[in-house]
Amino acid sequence: MKKFAVVAAMATALLGSTSAFAVDLEVTHWWTSAGEAAAIAEFAKVFEAETGNTWVDSALAGSGTGANPVIISRIIGGDPMGATQMNTGRDAEELIQAGLIRDLTDVVADMDIDSFYVDQSLLEPCRYEGGLYCLPINIHSWDWLWLSTKAYEKIGQPVPTNWDEYVASWPALEEAGILPFGLATGWPFSGIPGVLMSGLGGSDLVLAINRDKDAEAVRGPEFRKVAVALDELRKVISPETMVPSFGDVGTQLLEGTAAGNIHGDWLQGDLQVAGGVPGKDYECLPALGLGDQLTGGGDSFYFPVLPEGTDPAVIEAQNQLARILISPEAQLKFNLVKGSMPIRTDIDLSAANPCMQKALGLLKNGLLPSGDFALSSDTQQQTQDLNTEFLADDSITVDDYIERYASIIESAD
Amino acid sequence: MADTAAPMEAGIETVDRPGLLQRLFFHNLPAKIAALPMVATVLVVFVGCTIWTVYYSFTNSKLLPTGKFVGFDQYERLFATSRWNVSVWNLVLYGSMSLVFTLVIGFLLAVLIDQKIRFESAFRTIMLYPFALSFIVTGLVWQWIMNPTLGLQGTLRNLGWTNFSFDWIANPRMVLFAMLIAGLWHGTGFCMVLMLAGLRGVDDEVWKAARVDGIPTWRTYISIVIPMMRGVLITAIVILGSGVVRLYDLVVALTNGGPGISSEVPAKYVFNYMFSGGNIGQGLAAATMMLLTVLIIMVPWAYLEFGGKGKRT
Repeated sequence: MKKFAVVAAMATALLGSTSAFAVDLEVTHWWTSAGEAAAIAEFAKVFEAETGNTWVDSALAGSGTGANPVIISRIIGGDPMGATQMNTGRDAEELIQAGLIRDLTDVVADMDIDSFYVDQSLLEPCRYEGGLYCLPINIHSWDWLWLSTKAYEKIGQPVPTNWDEYVASWPALEEAGILPFGLATGWPFSGIPGVLMSGLGGSDLVLAINRDKDAEAVRGPEFRKVAVALDELRKVISPETMVPSFGDVGTQLLEGTAAGNIHGDWLQGDLQVAGGVPGKDYECLPALGLGDQLTGGGDSFYFPVLPEGTDPAVIEAQNQLARILISPEAQLKFNLVKGSMPIRTDIDLSAANPCMQKALGLLKNGLLPSGDFALSSDTQQQTQDLNTEFLADDSITVDDYIERYASIIESAD
Repeated sequence: MADTAAPMEAGIETVDRPGLLQRLFFHNLPAKIAALPMVATVLVVFVGCTIWTVYYSFTNSKLLPTGKFVGFDQYERLFATSRWNVSVWNLVLYGSMSLVFTLVIGFLLAVLIDQKIRFESAFRTIMLYPFALSFIVTGLVWQWIMNPTLGLQGTLRNLGWTNFSFDWIANPRMVLFAMLIAGLWHGTGFCMVLMLAGLRGVDDEVWKAARVDGIPTWRTYISIVIPMMRGVLITAIVILGSGVVRLYDLVVALTNGGPGISSEVPAKYVFNYMFSGGNIGQGLAAATMMLLTVLIIMVPWAYLEFGGKGKRT
């Protein structure tokens, strides 16, 4: 399809008279939930308004596990899109090494990106042998505990201010017939162990495991706390009460049928679209209300190398999009809707809601590398398999879990 | 088969005679030219890709097939992974149950429909209808029906039957049976149609002869009709069996491997590690094991069926 689009664009360009024609630029991403779709539309608006080109939106269902493989196989298979979103991290490492992704150094040379990126570690995965191959466009963090104000009103308790208070409130919630922890089936569980790791285990543990791949840290007392918390958590989760998607958990929180949920900040986009007001309908606790640093990953845009003979106007459109994505105007509009933190803080964020303000405060302490960010997708898949199994199978003890986690980290590359 | 086998045997007998090459390449030339695309497809796609798969399963390739040779490392890791072991065991259980039940139910339905009933074609259409749906649709429909809070259980509880329980899909021990229900709903109609064709292929004279001899109907079916349907049975088993080994979409739509990893299947493992896990070596090792399983079952059977004296039914 893309090739046809390019050929069609070329044909129009050749047949046309003197004036430059608008070109189509296909952009793939997996932002399909209500809040996410509204956010990406902001980028599209700015891009179309400023350049006159057309943003061809190819949203792919299935997020990181479903859409990412499609994107990667299209690039490998020689049918690249104009631009694509992927998680910041090591997913595209080999694509870059194979020369399938454009080097953007020259495109953004005059923008002095080093000066405004909030944390240099964000750019690390994008750099390879002196080139710059992607542009992080937001910072996402899994480290959020979302709490339902309504649920706590029902049981007549104040809304907890940290993880420990939250765990202590579970018996009262269960007695009142409220789900202590709402959860969607599938991938949403995969992020939770990482959140517990940074919140309960602390920054040193995260660095030791995710960055240094230290299996001894997994066997240590700090990680045991994490495993024990996970063990407690699985006791209040049952497959029968799981809902189909994370957006539904947001609805549960607003209705007060579930009291809490650990989920990334993108949940907030959905809470806002559903009419929730932070502080009134829901509370947010970054780093579980315990830590002072967030683990960050986020999303980046990659610009694949287009096949030879592509209309130069399309390549120019790639350049324009690259510059727009990190421009102050687009950053502000996009992140306010998405509920994520912008990659530059030299913009006026007073319009951000209280949750985002909290996150911006923590951002000053620097980012911790999340699992998404520092581990290869192979290792992520293995830990995800282990977590899924642990959640459902009570016969796996905390000790088994720790030992198996350690052996995955030992063999991590 | 017989038509192509005869000239080949003739060719082997005439090894020393002149004109063999000519006979090999130019005898019935149009037919050979017509077969070329398929021969090329088989060589490149089936044989070529299989060799490629097996070769790269011995490398440490990650996202791209570029890795170094690492011997049996991928296989060692594969069999140390509990998800893989659960997957294999699930496939064995689901596969055997699904084969037996589909064949038995399909055959019984075919026998019932074969009793010269009214509206036969209407019944046949109803039974075959689920087969027209993809596994994804089948899986989703049954996921909704069996969902404990939204589906059958929830409905009946809301109607007042409060202790009604049907939560197989959320129960790690029963989830395979939930899959089996959906699989049977999808597949028995097709099996029934195959069996019906087999039953119709049995000559009326056979039935008349059996009736004259006073053999009871059930006995005629078991001792005469079923042995006569050998060809149809084998066709059905091969089609159903290949459907079982590549089982993937039903699981993805119905349970996505859950609860936990209790309904994982090998094909899903292959897909996950090749694409989202970005570990081609591991995925291909699993794929090779799937191929090996099929070969272990198929080779002895094919030997019995096509080998020996070339006896065919």
